[in-house]
Amino acid sequence: MPQLSDSWQTGEIPGPKKASLIVKPDIADALILRARRPIMIVGHGILEYEVEGCKLIDCLIELAKKGKIPVIVTASTSKEFLARNFAPAAILPAVDIANRLTDPSWKGLDGKDSYDLAIFVGLPYSMEWTILSGLKHFAPGVKTMTLDCVYQPNASWSFPNSTIKEWAASLRAIVENLGD
Amino acid sequence: MSRKGVSFRAKEINSDVAQIRDLSISIGAIHEERWDERMGPTPFPSLSTLRSWDHLLLNRYKPFYLPFCDLCCLCTYGKCDLTGTKRGACGITMPAQQSRMVLIAACIGAATHTSHARHLLTHVIEEFGRDCLINVGGTSVEVEAPISRLVCGVKPETLGDLEPVLDYCENQITQLLAVTHTGQEGSNLDFESKVFHAGMVDHVGMEVADIAQISALGFPKADPVSSMADLGLGTVDTTKPVILVIGHNVPPATSIIDYLRTNGILSEVEVTGICCTALDVTRYSDRAKIVGPISWQLRYIRSGVPDVVVIDEQCVRTDTILEAAKIKAPLIATNDKNCLGLPDRTNDPIDEIVSDFVSGIVPGALILDSHKVGEIAVRVALGIAPKRKKQGNLPAKEQIIAFAKKCTQCMLCRRACPNDLPVPQAIKPAAGGNLAPLNELYDDCIGCGRCESACTQKIPVHSLIVGAAEKQTREETFCLRTGRGPIQDVEIRKVGGPLVLGEIPGVVAFVGCANFPKGSREVAEMCMEFANRRYIVCTSGCAAMSAGMYKDEDGKTAYEKYSGAFEAGGIVNVGSCVSNAHISGAAIKIASIFAKRPLRGNYEEIADYVYNRVGAVGVAWGAMSQKAASIAAGFWRLGIPVVVGPHGTKYRRMLLGRADKDEDWMVYDARSGEKVYGGPVPEHLFFAAETKEEAMVMIAKLTMRPNDTSKGRANKLANYIDLHKRHIGGIPPDVHQLVRVVADIPLTMKTEILEHLHAHDWKESPIPDPTLLSRMVHTRRDER
Ligand code: SF4
Ligand code: SF4
Ligand code: SF4
Repeated sequence: MPQLSDSWQTGEIPGPKKASLIVKPDIADALILRARRPIMIVGHGILEYEVEGCKLIDCLIELAKKGKIPVIVTASTSKEFLARNFAPAAILPAVDIANRLTDPSWKGLDGKDSYDLAIFVGLPYSMEWTILSGLKHFAPGVKTMTLDCVYQPNASWSFPNSTIKEWAASLRAIVENLGD
Repeated sequence: MSRKGVSFRAKEINSDVAQIRDLSISIGAIHEERWDERMGPTPFPSLSTLRSWDHLLLNRYKPFYLPFCDLCCLCTYGKCDLTGTKRGACGITMPAQQSRMVLIAACIGAATHTSHARHLLTHVIEEFGRDCLINVGGTSVEVEAPISRLVCGVKPETLGDLEPVLDYCENQITQLLAVTHTGQEGSNLDFESKVFHAGMVDHVGMEVADIAQISALGFPKADPVSSMADLGLGTVDTTKPVILVIGHNVPPATSIIDYLRTNGILSEVEVTGICCTALDVTRYSDRAKIVGPISWQLRYIRSGVPDVVVIDEQCVRTDTILEAAKIKAPLIATNDKNCLGLPDRTNDPIDEIVSDFVSGIVPGALILDSHKVGEIAVRVALGIAPKRKKQGNLPAKEQIIAFAKKCTQCMLCRRACPNDLPVPQAIKPAAGGNLAPLNELYDDCIGCGRCESACTQKIPVHSLIVGAAEKQTREETFCLRTGRGPIQDVEIRKVGGPLVLGEIPGVVAFVGCANFPKGSREVAEMCMEFANRRYIVCTSGCAAMSAGMYKDEDGKTAYEKYSGAFEAGGIVNVGSCVSNAHISGAAIKIASIFAKRPLRGNYEEIADYVYNRVGAVGVAWGAMSQKAASIAAGFWRLGIPVVVGPHGTKYRRMLLGRADKDEDWMVYDARSGEKVYGGPVPEHLFFAAETKEEAMVMIAKLTMRPNDTSKGRANKLANYIDLHKRHIGGIPPDVHQLVRVVADIPLTMKTEILEHLHAHDWKESPIPDPTLLSRMVHTRRDER
């Protein structure tokens, strides 16, 4: 297995500025609680994961509900959310939402205010890598956090490389820590 | 005929839309006098001639940069850290640096096609003479070189007439490359404008290359019923000597066919190919066979089937010499751009070279004479085949199991795999004899071999996958309609109206390489989906092969199922990479033949027409190369959006519109001259989709144009909404931005759409006669 903060794809080494590690779930909770306007962007990759009979998409829905985080779904991810009676805040392609996040005058989906924390999960690794790079350089007002089981160096905060089991446990812990 | 120097001095051009300074071009023997169309404002545009047009597009589709590296290492001041707002030692910013890298890629692409065109043109002029007439479709194609006419303002009639067109391309590419020197250009938008220029020049170069080979080598001439060619590993007759050709530059391959024909042994040797040389050699002889796209190189060579490997240029694996040596197949390099360190045997006696190869004394040689290559490749194949006995190096089941047992599950192969394929997870059961999970990876594997380079246990991972899929590879028996070349003028006349009015919902062109996220099959599925929906589907290059590498439930490939005519529901294989020029050429011809817009040196007006009225979209689902970058850039400058797969974000930037900003979508209404809202169409100019499903929905959306009639918009909306419902779920959230008047609403969806419109405070907005160019406003145009 790679080191905790090696790029999951060996060659995808960005440069001097690399993501801090979310070594404990509490860190993710603190980031979410501290955020003024968080948003979560969920790609189709999340649908693949299941641990001990529990689909990880259910965990994300709980996280969104407890953290009161609007969810933007990309690609065909929406159907699975709707099937669980959870209406995403928007359906937008990943590059489109990321592009809007680089615009400091964009007032969000509801036209009220800009976002200060963008949580990414479930995009193809290299696509998420490049999108996070775009945000690292051109969205200084937006912190990014990834909840995938692999290290994404271009995020502000990323989970370390971990097994699916460890990852699922961390996600569950984040949800639980948020309280009710 | 010698190249007479008829000098064209662009210094003299100074119209109301363009100023060109200091561009001097010899237009040689071009038959100017026989073309009575008035010269437009921008013949032979220089780097900055079309800058204002580019900026119109770039202001609407602002680049969203996705830096692939935070550093710049292009000069010895570096490496410079350009993170965020930092500047390099030369003063450059990250946006400018990213666009500079995009320009470098586009220059590489344009230079590659143009030098390929030059090589081909020189070759066919040597063989057939400068006076050989251009003929790409007889009387069916009177606008024979729409891009050269549009860009250069010339009407080539002979092969010799194409030379000065290439002179122009070479001149521009040199200047464009100079722009990327340290301390040369500082604005990202000016870099981007030059990217568009490189793309436009690239399409000129591609057009010249394909016109030259169609005219001189007798390829299908705008033929909608060109013959079918075999496609797939399983089509190769392994009982015969087999020659493999790889690359893009066809003369060595046609010489092989010529030698076989002349000696009456065409049926005794299999000529098989990978990549565009394969596509082009099947345009020369339908006895030739296509093995597959570029990702088939390792698996086919390792199968041991090829007895001789002949490479030319572009997209050839640089380790081909090592791979060929492993199966004891001699390698012949034929192009001075790709010598691979091999000894130059061009001037050695043929008998000597054949003998050296057949006896195995030399593994490869450089032979820069395509005629010699033809004879040598055939004689070596005949001589060596009985000795080699198709010796390959793909592992049998027991060997796969033995290799799998060595696996330490370190994950390095997966971490090296561009598609993050679960290789270790598939190798684990293989150690116990279950090869099914390895076989399952076969379709999604792009054959890059990075997993093997990464493996510390020296496990030939890719070979394990191909070995496990051995039965599947034998069943790869498909077919493809050979590249037809241009679209006939009469076809353009027939579809021009329905396309511009929207009755045919759009033209979707599947082009480019094979860096697919989930295998070839997705391209075939998308082609069939859009053909079923009565779009005009075009294919070219490796994507044309991928489109044919899938059979439906009736056992038919896309090319057997759909017509090859440029019509609603057709799947039109134009040919190889350079044949992409016929796709942009068709869009240009719609403006010129159907809409009768002046073509000659009139780039902006034609691009404005295409952008606002012709619902064309390019899809490069597996785009990998720099050539794909320049091809895309040529489409962008014409206002044609391009969709790429998820790997496409590595091209370092998207060109995205902001549908939520009404002020970005203002157009002139040519009738009144007023600036009016034209709607967010086409929404993006360069877009990377995450999945095939997202791509299909976006493709349908990107065919919309501000000029659509209500009937046309309703048709486009019906497709968009239906695809969205099936693949994303529900009515698209932006329907209210795309319905302009009630008559735009598809009848069968009226109730639900009206509900959506009411929920979004929708109001009617008039349909303009759209243009981005103030000079195209009717009153002003009439005054001129
Ligand atoms: S070209 Fe500019 S940014 Fe790049 S290394 Fe040189 S000084 Fe630094
Ligand atoms: S050869 Fe196939 S499995 Fe290996 S890294 Fe490339 S795509 Fe992945
Ligand atoms: S790199 Fe080699 S040893 Fe490591 S998991 Fe892959 S196949 Fe096994």
